[in-house]
Amino acid sequence: MSETQGLRAWLLTDTPTSRRHAKYAAAYQGWLSFRSNTMAMIGLWILVFLIFVAVAAPLIAPHDPFEQTLSNRLQGLNSEGHLLGTDSLGRDILSRLIYGSRITLFIVGLVALIAPITGLLVGTVAGYVGGWTDTILMRITDIFLAFPRLVLALAFVAALGAGIENAVLAISLTAWPPYARMARAETLTIRSSDYISAIQLQGAGPMRIITKHIWPLCISSLIVRVTLDMAGIILAAAGLGFLGLGAQPPSPEWGAMISEGRRFILDSWWVATVPGLAIFTVSLAFNLLGDGLRDVLDPKDAEK
Amino acid sequence: MTMINVKNLNVWFGRGRDRVDAVKGATFAVERGDSFGLVGESGSGKSTILRAIMGLAPDWSGQITVDGNVISGRRKPAFYKQVQMVFQDPYASLHPRHSVDQVLGETLFLHGFEGIDTRVAKLLDDVGLGAKFRFRYPHQLSGGQRQRVAIARALAAEPQILLLDEPTSALDVSVQAEILNLLADLREERGLTYVMVSHDLSVVGHMCNNLAVMKDGEIVEIMGVDALRNMQAKHPYSQHLLEASV
Repeated sequence: MSETQGLRAWLLTDTPTSRRHAKYAAAYQGWLSFRSNTMAMIGLWILVFLIFVAVAAPLIAPHDPFEQTLSNRLQGLNSEGHLLGTDSLGRDILSRLIYGSRITLFIVGLVALIAPITGLLVGTVAGYVGGWTDTILMRITDIFLAFPRLVLALAFVAALGAGIENAVLAISLTAWPPYARMARAETLTIRSSDYISAIQLQGAGPMRIITKHIWPLCISSLIVRVTLDMAGIILAAAGLGFLGLGAQPPSPEWGAMISEGRRFILDSWWVATVPGLAIFTVSLAFNLLGDGLRDVLDPKDAEK
Repeated sequence: MTMINVKNLNVWFGRGRDRVDAVKGATFAVERGDSFGLVGESGSGKSTILRAIMGLAPDWSGQITVDGNVISGRRKPAFYKQVQMVFQDPYASLHPRHSVDQVLGETLFLHGFEGIDTRVAKLLDDVGLGAKFRFRYPHQLSGGQRQRVAIARALAAEPQILLLDEPTSALDVSVQAEILNLLADLREERGLTYVMVSHDLSVVGHMCNNLAVMKDGEIVEIMGVDALRNMQAKHPYSQHLLEASV
């Protein structure tokens, strides 16, 4: 007991004794303020649960997600051995949902890596360097922004071929321009501030200033934006799956599952509804998490 | 020996019809070890002169000589080791996400020093901040403490010349005196040359030996601090300024 209290005091001190101590203390204080936000914690728990389900899929799935039993097709909710019923080929929907979480995480993780990093790179370089570099980079961004996202993703998938990897790539390629715009706008305000002038006076080059001084200030709002966009990304992936350009059968991707269930939506509503609810829940969780992260990470709020 | 020599300096912002001439034909010289004040009202171009010397104002003409070297184009690393600047607002001049340790450590690293750990501790000592402030972030510091950190950063390169851009105007009156005394002590210990911008004549009278009075981008008068104390200004604007500050 006294040991945990000692640890708590150690983490909450305002006079840290080493670099690592200071880092831990800052992280702990951020966690405390995040934890006080109930809605954000609900979002976090849903996502932790999603990750757990994805990792433990083979252990918790009651059936093989690909096993077809045609005699057992379109069983209702809570039917024998199938908690969420079966689809048109007699596959267990719960098991498919559980395995589908892996695909959802794969999409989310990859897009969350590619799009914001590309956007951050383009935006901060354009904003800091200015001049012709800025003009060229931002016009390219404008061209990408001018297309409706799903239409551009459709064009990419059509060109690259259908499949979940290409869908991820297409979504990433259409998702980065807003990040670039946002990073550029932030860079423009940061660039003219005194602390950037001050580090320039120490002889720091543009690479160091962009990566060590501008990025840390852009990243927090970028993370918030990514979590808020995540819902849209999942929906875009599901949309591509629904149109038959994303995950291919028999992959248990949630969007593809809705697409398959569409034909039976009047008689067997749960076939399309259950994966729809899953997409809704995860999207909501990301939105709640993003909201909470904004309160913790936004440097403008941290000032207060 | 002349440390800083500025001849016929013009600084402008924008071009064509939008052009604003911030400094017009400024000429002054600062001796080694001297403390030179630039006074004038807001917008008279005082700070712009400092920024032009440091290379933070892109468009300027005229001649700036520092320790015998004529300055042009991009400043070299050697220049930054010789001349450093303290900014006006300590709330804006420290990176909000960098701890004091990071700020000073990176500065020392960029100037190629070794033994950064001990040097950071020594710098903090020199500006009157103890080791307990080392890992704090700017938002955990008061205005005076922040300005001490900014001064430590400027001193990290061990420069001979310090340009001070209204270093106390953003601070409380009681803290102002502490910072000014710190700056005066540092100058004495290290034999620094100061160029100090201020709109506060009593600060300049306390800190400087010579001063230039600026109005609308032009230097209207250069005088010794004795003339300031005896109210012996020649130019009508400086006389007006002196009367107003009494």
